[in-house]
Amino acid sequence: MAELHGESPLAARTETLADSSVPGALQLSEVAFTAQVALRVDPKSPAAERIGTAVGTMLPNQPGQVARTEQLQILWMGPDEWLLVGPEGSAERIQATLTEALGEEHGSVVDVSGNRTIVEVTGPKSRELLAKGCALDLHRRSFASDQCAQTLLARAGVVLLCRDTERPSFWIFVRASFARYLADWLADAAAEYRV
Amino acid sequence: MMLIPCPWCGPRNETEFHYGGQADVSYPAEPQQLSDADWARFLFYRANPKGIFTERWNHQAGCRRWFTIRRDTTTNEIFQDDSHEAVTR
Ligand SMILES: [Zn+2]
Repeated sequence: MAELHGESPLAARTETLADSSVPGALQLSEVAFTAQVALRVDPKSPAAERIGTAVGTMLPNQPGQVARTEQLQILWMGPDEWLLVGPEGSAERIQATLTEALGEEHGSVVDVSGNRTIVEVTGPKSRELLAKGCALDLHRRSFASDQCAQTLLARAGVVLLCRDTERPSFWIFVRASFARYLADWLADAAAEYRV
Repeated sequence: MMLIPCPWCGPRNETEFHYGGQADVSYPAEPQQLSDADWARFLFYRANPKGIFTERWNHQAGCRRWFTIRRDTTTNEIFQDDSHEAVTR
């Protein structure tokens, strides 16, 4: 019997991303196998409050706001919807915490770790690179640290997360089936920075 | 390219949205009482004004919420609430 092994959606593009990186300007790489859990609950319900206590921070209530704990990033995805992102292997624990805090109240907790992978883009040229395929204003004054946005990047649906503005760093959450397309697009868009 | 103001995400390009047609078309209170003609009227007949039109949009590539705006079909100016001031176009 063949030996089973897990392969991330961008395993076949590891080199493409590495080759497109330009020291001092741009770093591209996949952040694979993060735990991602989708949460839907009425933000005004006692359950939402219990969940806030359980995870250690209130669920962000502003569009595009991101809350952080030591282990988790909690992305606002809609007025009653969040995406919790944690380190590899923590999905079950996150799910258990949320489910317990939700209790009998109306809501949903779903492990969506397999839905999207993440491309990390860092370096001074990151903003310029993303701007080639994204209509949003990514300037730090309108898209700052710990802000996220669901939008289109090169016509692919993505969640953009700004991790840092001082040393520009972004995470692009992209569906597994669009990941290789997006990696190829990024590589093409980054070509001009190579000397 | 229209800039459509999502009540949650703010103004975004129209390519992020899905059109939902005329707003405030309510489901018949007693559908079984409807004649075929009235049923067809409910299903297929929509206003097509030249000017302000109240319509539904879905922010499909964003927060995926439905919302209602008023749009001038001749200029694509978009109005929120009852104000006469265009938000975007
Ligand atoms: Zn929206």
